[in-house]
Amino acid sequence: MRQVLYALIPTVALHVMFFGPGVLIQIVLGVATALAAEAAALRLRGKPLPPYLLDGSAIITAVLLALCLPPLAPWWLIVSGVAFAILLAKHLFGGLGANPFNPAMVGYAVLLVSFPARLLQWLPPNVAGFEPASLSFVETLTTILTGMPPERFTWDAITSPTPLDALRTDLALGMTMGEAHANAMFSAFGGKGWEWINLATLAGGGWLLALRIIRWQIPVAMLTALFVCASVMSAADPGAYAGPLFHLTSGASMLGAFFIATDPVSAATSERGKLIYGAGIGVLTYIIRTWGGYPDGVAFAVLIMNLTVPLIDRYTIPRIYGHAR
Amino acid sequence: MATSGTRGGLRLNAHKERSTTQALRAASPVEKLVLPLDQHAGAPAVPLVKPGERILRGQPIAQPGGTVSAWLHSPTSGTVAAIEPRPAPHRLGASTLSIVVANDGRDERHAGPAPSPFDQLAPEQLRELIARGGIVGLGGAVFPTAAKLNSAAGAADVRLLINGAECEPYISCDDMLMRERARDVVFGARVLLHALAAKTCVIAIEDDTPQAAAALEAAIADAHDERIQLRRVPSIYPAGGEKQLITAIFDVEVPSGGLPADVNTVCLNVGTAAAVASWIRDSQPLTSRIVTITGDGVLEQRNLDVALGTPLAALIYDCGGYTGRMSRLIMGGSMMGQALPHDDMPVIKATNCVIAASALDLQPRAAEMPCIRCGNCAVACPAILLPQQLHWYAKARDLDALETYGLMDCIECGCCDYVCPSQIPLAERFRDMKPALAERLAARTNASAARVRFEARSARLERIESERLAALAKKRQELAKKPS
Repeated sequence: MRQVLYALIPTVALHVMFFGPGVLIQIVLGVATALAAEAAALRLRGKPLPPYLLDGSAIITAVLLALCLPPLAPWWLIVSGVAFAILLAKHLFGGLGANPFNPAMVGYAVLLVSFPARLLQWLPPNVAGFEPASLSFVETLTTILTGMPPERFTWDAITSPTPLDALRTDLALGMTMGEAHANAMFSAFGGKGWEWINLATLAGGGWLLALRIIRWQIPVAMLTALFVCASVMSAADPGAYAGPLFHLTSGASMLGAFFIATDPVSAATSERGKLIYGAGIGVLTYIIRTWGGYPDGVAFAVLIMNLTVPLIDRYTIPRIYGHAR
Repeated sequence: MATSGTRGGLRLNAHKERSTTQALRAASPVEKLVLPLDQHAGAPAVPLVKPGERILRGQPIAQPGGTVSAWLHSPTSGTVAAIEPRPAPHRLGASTLSIVVANDGRDERHAGPAPSPFDQLAPEQLRELIARGGIVGLGGAVFPTAAKLNSAAGAADVRLLINGAECEPYISCDDMLMRERARDVVFGARVLLHALAAKTCVIAIEDDTPQAAAALEAAIADAHDERIQLRRVPSIYPAGGEKQLITAIFDVEVPSGGLPADVNTVCLNVGTAAAVASWIRDSQPLTSRIVTITGDGVLEQRNLDVALGTPLAALIYDCGGYTGRMSRLIMGGSMMGQALPHDDMPVIKATNCVIAASALDLQPRAAEMPCIRCGNCAVACPAILLPQQLHWYAKARDLDALETYGLMDCIECGCCDYVCPSQIPLAERFRDMKPALAERLAARTNASAARVRFEARSARLERIESERLAALAKKRQELAKKPS
């Protein structure tokens, strides 16, 4: 599981480049909470600490959730989200290997439902065309720990919705794609900053594929389904629906495809099952993004497909050697 | 059933070169030989000799105890020292009734049947003769060869597959046999072709045994027998598994629960073919076999031609003794072999390899962690099972699900264990669960047989009753017609 963490390094690096050091603080807070919660749960369950605590799974949960939160989100968001993920979504179901839902996504969903406003407060990317308020490391840390921005700024001055969120709001207000796209946060095919982060995640995911730590079925099926849905809808009405490249390079598309949906514990297990599972996540992500009320759809798409895993597994048993086709 | 070739499997480090550098030689004779009566598959053999009786090399000392059973011959001349329970490797050290032969060192030979050209015998006579040689499958299953031949003979277009694909790491006895006795293998194949009235024979070997391939090619050319063909398969464990090899060579799958005979194939090990040759050509019954002695825990790693009944301890002594690094004694290869509690047990017909393993050979298993459903096992499984699901249902002892997910199709090759990142001994778990499921399947078969019987009886009773009624009605009619 260590390689999964290494594969996230490009994503984190670009995150820091575009949105400042906040994500690093979120990761540290998340990992510390994850290890503490994991240790407490193992102690309560009478399990040995060393092999379980250091298997990396709790750390990955924390890092994935940290990457999903706004960089300046107050400390108690990541702490409560990770604690919920580890204690309730993982250990209450039996711990490593027994959780039916992806713990990181359960944590994210709980936070999104409980504190929607806080989760929408993203930052503008640090690219040409923007003059984002640049916070020093100390200011970033203070903001996260106190929940208040530095005195020289207001929240409105330093935050910005994500491109996915902005597009959804604008389209809901009756704008066409063209009008919405006039916003400086959009680039030729994606959102500034976000497209690079997604490409970095794609690179990390490709590395995991090459190492055979993950298999191709889920990411390919999910991204293909997302691509097909977005292509069909934007071809039908280009004024009302974003194109496929925007969807592939926005929000948590790549993170979801390579790092979240591929969590083996909560995913379907046969080759055919993985294709169905991944495609389901792709379709649901598109539906929730386009017609739902949330800024991104990956988390809920993953959780809904987690629910279907026992059913998928049951109907996709491969033909065993020596059995009739 | 058409297939898309074999699936799964692993490329493993073979560890064979270490035991194949030295030429084959006979193991040093020992004073006492222990011959378990149940060392073959099927019913135990029944002793023909009594303690104190003098016997000769090659003399039958036990006869088959059933239709699926085998003859047993004395590997040397001497006296029957005892017939008593002795620890046996196939019982993992538990005792089983054995004939103990005291070697007199004179090696006097029993006058066996006079050799006659095998192609002048009828196939069924030849099969009976093969049974007399005590020959069983030397690939590890020790199924009586004549019984296998009898069950397949008579089928139209039966084909012979001689298995020289010795896929399991560490074992090199077949490789050595093919290098040094390729002619015996080819002669044996010709005998078996005649015994089966078969028209074609494939000798299959792995593509990493070039010396064996060259020797076999030369032997086939010398035999001028166009029915015999040499084929290579990729050395991906378990390529030499019977089902996997049949699929690789003939592109058919052995049906679930079926036998190679169901796809018109008889599969026999190269060692078995060579044993058939020694018996039919030279009147030497099966009283010795080639054994690989290997592992970092023994001084000299090599192959020996060993008289059956020789204690494992004597073999180790013959190879210079244990090294200081010796930690575990294994019979078989590193994937499917079984750990033995001690070395005071004899070589039997099934003993292909003895590994004196050090910690370098077989690392102790790390602590087992929970399954994370990564699916590596499903990719490696040559039987196309989902071991991660089987594991889940084996834990729950859910026999219905185990049946659905194909537990009985597991060939226990151990590929799933090998790739498991959580160090779960999957194959062992599956092996443990099989008897419970087998019992239930047998009960169901019995129940359905009983139902068929019951339905047949009901139908018969109904028929008798309706016939009776019909007869009665007829009689009444006749009575009614009669003027009273």
